[in-house]
Amino acid sequence: MQTGDAAPPCPLPLVPCTSILLNTTAADHRVARMAAVALGLTILENAIPSPLPGVKPGLANIVTLIVLARYGWRTAAWVSLLRVVAGSLLFGNFLTPGFFLGLFGALCSLAVLALSQHLPRRWFGPVSHSICAAFAHIAGQMLIVYLWLIPHAGIAYLIPIFATAALLFGTVNGLIAARFMENETIYPQITQIHAD
Amino acid sequence: MYAVPLRHIKIGDWLTLLLGALCVALLTLKLWNGDPADRAIIRGGGKIFSVVPLSRDQRIEVPGPLGTSIIAIQNHKARIASDPSPRQYCVRQGWLQQAGEIALCLPNQVSVELAGSKKKYDSLNY
Repeated sequence: MQTGDAAPPCPLPLVPCTSILLNTTAADHRVARMAAVALGLTILENAIPSPLPGVKPGLANIVTLIVLARYGWRTAAWVSLLRVVAGSLLFGNFLTPGFFLGLFGALCSLAVLALSQHLPRRWFGPVSHSICAAFAHIAGQMLIVYLWLIPHAGIAYLIPIFATAALLFGTVNGLIAARFMENETIYPQITQIHAD
Repeated sequence: MYAVPLRHIKIGDWLTLLLGALCVALLTLKLWNGDPADRAIIRGGGKIFSVVPLSRDQRIEVPGPLGTSIIAIQNHKARIASDPSPRQYCVRQGWLQQAGEIALCLPNQVSVELAGSKKKYDSLNY
Protein backbone atom coordinates (compact mmCIF):
# COMPACT_ATOMS: atom_id res chain seq x y z
CA MET A 1 0.00 0.00 0.00
CA GLN A 2 1.33 3.35 -0.92
CA THR A 3 -0.14 6.17 1.04
CA GLY A 4 0.32 9.77 0.12
CA ASP A 5 3.98 10.53 0.33
CA ALA A 6 3.52 13.26 -2.20
CA ALA A 7 -0.03 14.42 -1.51
CA PRO A 8 -0.92 17.40 -3.64
CA PRO A 9 -0.64 20.68 -1.73
CA CYS A 10 -3.80 22.53 -0.79
CA PRO A 11 -4.89 24.71 -3.67
CA LEU A 12 -5.09 27.91 -1.62
CA PRO A 13 -2.71 28.34 1.32
CA LEU A 14 -5.24 30.52 3.19
CA VAL A 15 -8.01 27.93 3.21
CA PRO A 16 -7.38 25.17 5.74
CA CYS A 17 -6.99 21.86 4.07
CA THR A 18 -9.92 19.69 5.24
CA SER A 19 -9.40 16.56 3.26
CA ILE A 20 -6.48 14.23 3.30
CA LEU A 21 -5.87 12.63 -0.01
CA LEU A 22 -4.20 9.26 -0.09
CA ASN A 23 -2.59 8.49 -3.36
CA THR A 24 -3.79 5.02 -4.19
CA THR A 25 -2.54 2.93 -7.01
CA ALA A 26 -4.45 0.53 -9.21
CA ALA A 27 -2.91 -2.28 -7.16
CA ASP A 28 -4.42 -0.80 -3.98
CA HIS A 29 -7.83 -0.68 -5.59
CA ARG A 30 -7.45 -4.27 -6.62
CA VAL A 31 -6.61 -5.31 -3.06
CA ALA A 32 -9.58 -3.35 -1.73
CA ARG A 33 -11.94 -4.80 -4.33
CA MET A 34 -10.83 -8.36 -3.68
CA ALA A 35 -10.94 -7.90 0.09
CA ALA A 36 -14.48 -6.57 -0.28
CA VAL A 37 -15.49 -9.68 -2.22
CA ALA A 38 -13.85 -11.84 0.46
CA LEU A 39 -15.75 -9.90 3.13
CA GLY A 40 -19.01 -10.53 1.31
CA LEU A 41 -18.27 -14.25 1.32
CA THR A 42 -17.39 -14.11 5.03
CA ILE A 43 -20.75 -12.53 5.81
CA LEU A 44 -22.51 -15.10 3.63
CA GLU A 45 -20.69 -17.86 5.42
CA ASN A 46 -21.67 -16.57 8.86
CA ALA A 47 -25.28 -17.00 7.87
CA ILE A 48 -24.74 -20.72 7.34
CA PRO A 49 -25.36 -22.67 10.53
CA SER A 50 -22.41 -24.79 11.59
CA PRO A 51 -22.72 -28.20 13.25
CA LEU A 52 -19.70 -27.52 15.44
CA PRO A 53 -18.19 -24.17 16.42
CA GLY A 54 -15.07 -23.72 14.33
CA VAL A 55 -16.14 -25.90 11.42
CA LYS A 56 -16.65 -23.37 8.65
CA PRO A 57 -16.27 -23.71 4.90
CA GLY A 58 -13.93 -20.72 4.69
CA LEU A 59 -15.44 -19.47 1.46
CA ALA A 60 -13.39 -16.26 1.58
CA ASN A 61 -10.32 -18.33 0.89
CA ILE A 62 -11.57 -18.88 -2.64
CA VAL A 63 -10.79 -15.21 -3.19
CA THR A 64 -7.35 -15.61 -1.60
CA LEU A 65 -6.59 -18.51 -3.91
CA ILE A 66 -7.66 -16.64 -7.01
CA VAL A 67 -5.67 -13.55 -5.97
CA LEU A 68 -2.65 -15.73 -5.29
CA ALA A 69 -2.77 -17.23 -8.75
CA ARG A 70 -3.47 -13.94 -10.48
CA TYR A 71 -1.41 -11.34 -8.62
CA GLY A 72 0.98 -13.26 -6.41
CA TRP A 73 1.52 -13.88 -2.74
CA ARG A 74 1.92 -10.29 -1.52
CA THR A 75 -1.48 -9.26 -2.81
CA ALA A 76 -3.01 -12.47 -1.48
CA ALA A 77 -1.58 -11.71 1.96
CA TRP A 78 -3.01 -8.19 1.87
CA VAL A 79 -6.45 -9.43 0.85
CA SER A 80 -6.48 -12.21 3.42
CA LEU A 81 -5.34 -10.08 6.36
CA LEU A 82 -7.56 -7.14 5.42
CA ARG A 83 -10.48 -9.54 5.28
CA VAL A 84 -9.68 -10.88 8.76
CA VAL A 85 -9.35 -7.43 10.32
CA ALA A 86 -12.28 -5.81 8.51
CA GLY A 87 -14.43 -8.89 9.06
CA SER A 88 -13.77 -8.80 12.79
CA LEU A 89 -14.72 -5.12 12.84
CA LEU A 90 -17.95 -5.94 11.02
CA PHE A 91 -18.88 -8.75 13.38
CA GLY A 92 -17.66 -6.91 16.46
CA ASN A 93 -15.07 -9.44 17.55
CA PHE A 94 -11.94 -7.39 16.92
CA LEU A 95 -9.22 -8.38 19.44
CA THR A 96 -11.36 -11.16 20.90
CA PRO A 97 -10.03 -14.74 21.07
CA GLY A 98 -11.99 -15.54 17.90
CA PHE A 99 -10.20 -12.75 16.07
CA PHE A 100 -6.78 -14.02 17.11
CA LEU A 101 -7.74 -17.53 16.10
CA GLY A 102 -8.75 -16.30 12.67
CA LEU A 103 -5.68 -14.11 12.36
CA PHE A 104 -3.24 -16.81 13.34
CA GLY A 105 -5.00 -19.31 11.10
CA ALA A 106 -4.75 -16.87 8.21
CA LEU A 107 -1.05 -16.23 8.93
CA CYS A 108 -0.32 -19.96 8.98
CA SER A 109 -2.24 -20.45 5.75
CA LEU A 110 -0.31 -17.63 4.12
CA ALA A 111 3.01 -19.06 5.28
CA VAL A 112 2.13 -22.42 3.76
CA LEU A 113 0.84 -20.77 0.59
CA ALA A 114 4.16 -18.92 0.29
CA LEU A 115 5.82 -22.32 0.04
CA SER A 116 3.18 -24.20 -1.92
CA GLN A 117 2.95 -21.56 -4.64
CA HIS A 118 6.38 -22.72 -5.79
CA LEU A 119 5.05 -26.18 -6.55
CA PRO A 120 5.19 -26.78 -10.30
CA ARG A 121 2.02 -25.34 -11.78
CA ARG A 122 1.91 -28.05 -14.35
CA TRP A 123 0.91 -30.63 -11.75
CA PHE A 124 -0.34 -28.65 -8.79
CA GLY A 125 -3.38 -26.41 -9.04
CA PRO A 126 -5.53 -24.41 -6.62
CA VAL A 127 -6.88 -27.61 -5.11
CA SER A 128 -3.44 -28.47 -3.70
CA HIS A 129 -2.91 -24.94 -2.42
CA SER A 130 -6.34 -24.92 -0.85
CA ILE A 131 -5.89 -28.23 0.97
CA CYS A 132 -2.45 -27.22 2.26
CA ALA A 133 -3.73 -23.85 3.43
CA ALA A 134 -6.77 -25.43 5.11
CA PHE A 135 -4.57 -27.84 7.05
CA ALA A 136 -2.20 -25.03 8.03
CA HIS A 137 -5.18 -22.95 9.14
CA ILE A 138 -6.55 -25.60 11.43
CA ALA A 139 -3.11 -26.57 12.73
CA GLY A 140 -2.40 -22.96 13.65
CA GLN A 141 -5.77 -22.58 15.31
CA MET A 142 -5.45 -25.76 17.34
CA LEU A 143 -2.02 -24.59 18.46
CA ILE A 144 -3.43 -21.27 19.68
CA VAL A 145 -6.37 -23.02 21.33
CA TYR A 146 -4.02 -25.39 23.13
CA LEU A 147 -1.37 -22.85 24.13
CA TRP A 148 -3.71 -20.05 25.09
CA LEU A 149 -7.39 -20.94 25.48
CA ILE A 150 -7.77 -24.58 26.50
CA PRO A 151 -4.44 -26.02 27.66
CA HIS A 152 -5.88 -29.51 27.98
CA ALA A 153 -4.97 -32.65 26.07
CA GLY A 154 -8.69 -33.34 25.62
CA ILE A 155 -8.87 -31.06 22.58
CA ALA A 156 -6.87 -33.70 20.70
CA TYR A 157 -10.18 -35.53 20.40
CA LEU A 158 -11.48 -32.77 18.15
CA ILE A 159 -8.52 -32.80 15.77
CA PRO A 160 -9.85 -35.61 13.51
CA ILE A 161 -13.13 -33.71 13.06
CA PHE A 162 -11.34 -30.47 12.19
CA ALA A 163 -8.86 -32.25 9.93
CA THR A 164 -11.67 -33.96 8.03
CA ALA A 165 -13.46 -30.64 7.63
CA ALA A 166 -10.20 -29.02 6.44
CA LEU A 167 -9.70 -31.70 3.81
CA LEU A 168 -13.30 -31.52 2.64
CA PHE A 169 -13.67 -27.74 2.53
CA GLY A 170 -10.11 -27.28 1.27
CA THR A 171 -10.90 -29.48 -1.71
CA VAL A 172 -14.25 -27.84 -2.38
CA ASN A 173 -12.81 -24.31 -2.16
CA GLY A 174 -9.92 -25.28 -4.39
CA LEU A 175 -12.33 -26.69 -6.96
CA ILE A 176 -14.44 -23.54 -6.88
CA ALA A 177 -11.34 -21.37 -7.28
CA ALA A 178 -10.14 -23.56 -10.15
CA ARG A 179 -13.56 -23.29 -11.77
CA PHE A 180 -13.41 -19.50 -11.60
CA MET A 181 -9.91 -19.38 -13.01
CA GLU A 182 -10.78 -21.78 -15.79
CA ASN A 183 -12.08 -18.86 -17.81
CA GLU A 184 -8.71 -17.15 -17.54
CA THR A 185 -6.87 -20.13 -18.89
CA ILE A 186 -9.33 -20.56 -21.72
CA TYR A 187 -9.60 -16.95 -22.81
CA PRO A 188 -5.90 -16.43 -23.64
CA GLN A 189 -6.19 -19.41 -25.94
CA ILE A 190 -9.24 -17.94 -27.62
CA THR A 191 -7.57 -14.57 -28.06
CA GLN A 192 -4.56 -16.34 -29.44
CA ILE A 193 -6.72 -18.12 -31.96
CA HIS A 194 -8.25 -14.81 -32.93
CA ALA A 195 -4.85 -13.22 -33.19
CA ASP A 196 -3.69 -15.97 -35.46
CA MET B 1 -21.51 -33.72 -15.69
CA TYR B 2 -19.41 -35.48 -13.06
CA ALA B 3 -16.27 -34.95 -15.09
CA VAL B 4 -16.53 -31.18 -14.79
CA PRO B 5 -15.11 -30.78 -11.26
CA LEU B 6 -12.65 -33.61 -11.80
CA ARG B 7 -11.07 -31.80 -14.73
CA HIS B 8 -9.72 -29.18 -12.33
CA ILE B 9 -7.84 -31.72 -10.26
CA LYS B 10 -4.35 -32.20 -11.63
CA ILE B 11 -2.12 -35.16 -10.89
CA GLY B 12 -0.34 -33.33 -8.08
CA ASP B 13 -3.68 -32.37 -6.63
CA TRP B 14 -4.69 -36.01 -6.45
CA LEU B 15 -1.41 -36.60 -4.65
CA THR B 16 -2.17 -33.81 -2.17
CA LEU B 17 -5.68 -35.16 -1.66
CA LEU B 18 -4.37 -38.65 -1.05
CA LEU B 19 -1.72 -37.38 1.36
CA GLY B 20 -4.32 -35.27 3.18
CA ALA B 21 -6.72 -38.20 3.44
CA LEU B 22 -3.89 -40.34 4.76
CA CYS B 23 -3.06 -37.71 7.38
CA VAL B 24 -6.70 -37.51 8.45
CA ALA B 25 -6.96 -41.29 8.65
CA LEU B 26 -3.76 -41.58 10.69
CA LEU B 27 -4.80 -38.75 13.01
CA THR B 28 -8.20 -40.35 13.55
CA LEU B 29 -6.69 -43.74 14.26
CA LYS B 30 -4.08 -42.28 16.57
CA LEU B 31 -6.30 -39.89 18.50
CA TRP B 32 -9.58 -41.77 18.60
CA ASN B 33 -8.33 -45.27 19.23
CA GLY B 34 -7.72 -45.42 22.91
CA ASP B 35 -4.96 -47.44 24.44
CA PRO B 36 -5.72 -51.10 24.84
CA ALA B 37 -6.98 -51.58 28.34
CA ASP B 38 -5.28 -53.97 30.72
CA ARG B 39 -7.36 -53.71 33.88
CA ALA B 40 -10.87 -53.00 35.05
CA ILE B 41 -11.58 -50.72 37.96
CA ILE B 42 -14.81 -51.74 39.63
CA ARG B 43 -16.48 -49.27 41.94
CA GLY B 44 -19.36 -49.78 44.31
CA GLY B 45 -20.95 -47.06 46.38
CA GLY B 46 -18.33 -44.53 45.33
CA LYS B 47 -15.38 -46.57 46.56
CA ILE B 48 -13.10 -48.83 44.57
CA PHE B 49 -14.44 -52.33 45.06
CA SER B 50 -11.63 -54.09 43.26
CA VAL B 51 -9.16 -53.69 40.41
CA VAL B 52 -8.90 -56.80 38.29
CA PRO B 53 -6.69 -57.59 35.29
CA LEU B 54 -8.46 -58.24 31.99
CA SER B 55 -6.18 -61.16 31.23
CA ARG B 56 -8.20 -63.65 33.29
CA ASP B 57 -11.82 -64.47 32.43
CA GLN B 58 -14.04 -64.22 35.48
CA ARG B 59 -17.35 -63.05 36.88
CA ILE B 60 -17.43 -60.66 39.80
CA GLU B 61 -20.43 -60.00 42.00
CA VAL B 62 -20.68 -56.49 43.38
CA PRO B 63 -23.29 -55.72 46.06
CA GLY B 64 -25.25 -52.47 45.81
CA PRO B 65 -28.30 -50.91 47.47
CA LEU B 66 -30.69 -52.58 44.99
CA GLY B 67 -29.04 -55.96 44.79
CA THR B 68 -26.07 -57.60 43.16
CA SER B 69 -24.48 -56.50 39.89
CA ILE B 70 -22.50 -59.10 38.01
CA ILE B 71 -19.49 -58.00 36.01
CA ALA B 72 -18.13 -60.36 33.40
CA ILE B 73 -14.58 -60.26 32.09
CA GLN B 74 -13.83 -62.27 28.99
CA ASN B 75 -11.30 -62.05 26.13
CA HIS B 76 -9.75 -58.81 27.44
CA LYS B 77 -13.17 -57.17 27.49
CA ALA B 78 -15.51 -56.34 30.33
CA ARG B 79 -19.24 -55.78 30.64
CA ILE B 80 -21.98 -55.60 33.21
CA ALA B 81 -23.63 -58.97 32.74
CA SER B 82 -26.58 -58.28 34.98
CA ASP B 83 -27.79 -55.51 37.22
CA PRO B 84 -30.95 -54.80 39.18
CA SER B 85 -31.27 -51.23 37.86
CA PRO B 86 -34.68 -50.53 36.31
CA ARG B 87 -33.57 -49.21 32.91
CA GLN B 88 -30.58 -51.51 32.37
CA TYR B 89 -28.50 -48.82 30.64
CA CYS B 90 -25.18 -50.22 31.83
CA VAL B 91 -26.07 -53.75 30.77
CA ARG B 92 -27.17 -52.61 27.34
CA GLN B 93 -23.92 -50.70 26.88
CA GLY B 94 -22.32 -54.05 26.12
CA TRP B 95 -18.64 -54.91 26.05
CA LEU B 96 -16.01 -52.33 26.94
CA GLN B 97 -12.56 -52.84 25.53
CA GLN B 98 -10.67 -49.54 25.31
CA ALA B 99 -8.98 -47.69 28.11
CA GLY B 100 -11.20 -44.90 29.40
CA GLU B 101 -14.47 -46.64 28.58
CA ILE B 102 -16.85 -46.80 31.48
CA ALA B 103 -20.23 -48.34 32.26
CA LEU B 104 -22.24 -46.84 35.10
CA CYS B 105 -25.17 -48.44 36.89
CA LEU B 106 -26.25 -45.39 38.84
CA PRO B 107 -29.26 -46.85 40.67
CA ASN B 108 -27.14 -49.65 42.08
CA GLN B 109 -24.10 -47.37 42.48
CA VAL B 110 -21.84 -49.75 40.59
CA SER B 111 -19.45 -48.86 37.82
CA VAL B 112 -16.74 -50.54 35.82
CA GLU B 113 -14.03 -48.51 34.14
CA LEU B 114 -11.26 -49.80 31.91
CA ALA B 115 -7.78 -48.43 32.38
CA GLY B 116 -4.65 -48.77 30.30
CA SER B 117 -1.06 -47.82 30.83
CA LYS B 118 -1.96 -44.15 30.83
CA LYS B 119 -5.11 -42.32 31.72
CA LYS B 120 -7.10 -41.24 28.67
CA TYR B 121 -9.60 -38.45 28.59
CA ASP B 122 -13.19 -39.05 27.72
CA SER B 123 -16.29 -36.92 27.54
CA LEU B 124 -16.92 -37.40 31.25
CA ASN B 125 -13.83 -35.57 32.43
CA TYR B 126 -13.19 -33.53 29.29
